[in-house]
Amino acid sequence: MDTTRRGFLKTAATAAGAAAVTGDLAHAQIHDHQVVPSDPALRAKALESLLVEKGLVDPAALDTLVQTYEEKIGPRDGARVVARAWVDAAYKQRLLTDADKAIGELGYGGEQGEHMVVVENTPKVHNVIVCTLCSCYPWAVLGLPPVWYKSDAYRSRVVIDPRGVLHEFGLDLPEEVEVRVWDSTAELRYLVLPQRPRETEKLKEEELAVLVTRDAMIGVANVSPPQKAQQKEEKK
Amino acid sequence: MNGVHDMGGMQNFGAIPREENERVFHAPWEGRIWALRQALKPWGKWNADASRYAMSMIPAAEYLRMSYYERQAAALEELLVASGLATRAEIESGQPAPDSPKAIAPLATDQVPLVIAKGHPARRNDGVPARFQAGQQVRARNIHPPGHTRLPRYARGKLGTIDRDHGIFIFPDTNAHFLGEKPQHVYAVRFAARELWGAQTGAGPRDAVYIDLWDEYLEPI
Repeated sequence: MDTTRRGFLKTAATAAGAAAVTGDLAHAQIHDHQVVPSDPALRAKALESLLVEKGLVDPAALDTLVQTYEEKIGPRDGARVVARAWVDAAYKQRLLTDADKAIGELGYGGEQGEHMVVVENTPKVHNVIVCTLCSCYPWAVLGLPPVWYKSDAYRSRVVIDPRGVLHEFGLDLPEEVEVRVWDSTAELRYLVLPQRPRETEKLKEEELAVLVTRDAMIGVANVSPPQKAQQKEEKK
Repeated sequence: MNGVHDMGGMQNFGAIPREENERVFHAPWEGRIWALRQALKPWGKWNADASRYAMSMIPAAEYLRMSYYERQAAALEELLVASGLATRAEIESGQPAPDSPKAIAPLATDQVPLVIAKGHPARRNDGVPARFQAGQQVRARNIHPPGHTRLPRYARGKLGTIDRDHGIFIFPDTNAHFLGEKPQHVYAVRFAARELWGAQTGAGPRDAVYIDLWDEYLEPI
């Protein structure tokens, strides 16, 4: 088993890298019984079993956590926020000026959505969200991020070549549109308020919410008008 | 630390891997690792910044080879050992040490919705004065700290404009190393794309990157 990846985290006291590297790695090699394999699935299983046996975690809580983000918290939540902003001008104003409060009105917030900022797409401005340093993402309104958002390709490229990235997602913006990329380097979590598509004047809030996609709320897509959205859905 | 995790502006990582109707977790173990990280937070042995720092400390070649959840798993093992919640020998054997005491898990399943709803706010109300104001020109400092930082390399030394003051937040550079929260203002700073990347990148004259930066990362012009 490779041990190169073990012991890379020096103790807190070595903050500035000043203190000597501890003997962690050597220690690990000496005591390495090589029982737990390096396969991620088996290794995760062994780690969970160890932590459960030590009483450090409750396996039922793990089930609930997974279930919550698989079934309850997800992009439908953000879509409801967007749809409300499209039909209620006063709500939209609150959303853009005090996002935590406005999002809280619909019952969302909390973990990785404690400090929200909503940025609005207009005919003149298009916003895109990224976290170049890790993969910060507004869990509270979009759930956990897709693989592409966490990919090295997206994280590295969208800041230097946003128009190229958007093209890869099938979105070509006119030159006169200002592209703003928001790098989530701090604890603020961003949500894009996409433009309301045309031909949706008669739609109700719930019908509008169905049109809003996760990708549009990250800013790598626009929201398609109903007919087009339906065609897209049928193609799948 | 100038690690490979700080990848804004790097090139040649290929096409962005996209998947239709993607599942939240691609294999059960990904969900378990993610959930372990959440369920261990209430021990209070580390914080979000220490956790991000642990990820960034994965040796570069390993980091690039690993999937996102492999990185989470590797960082979690390090945090467990560094915090003393588990020993390296226990992790490698998958067995508790014979003398290991049995703990009581701080996160019970009925508390999960509450803990999610509460989150982990990083805003502080310390009354620390702001050094900058919206509209002001600033320069991101040209610093290369060997420890944790959230000032991305591509912004260092570049000129920007304060777009807005987000308020006062925990400072990651100290918090990640358990050296205190050192609360200070965070600003969204607007950098013109051409200031960051030059004029030849195909960026429009008004295109920009907004980066959230702490007071200490900035200097006045």
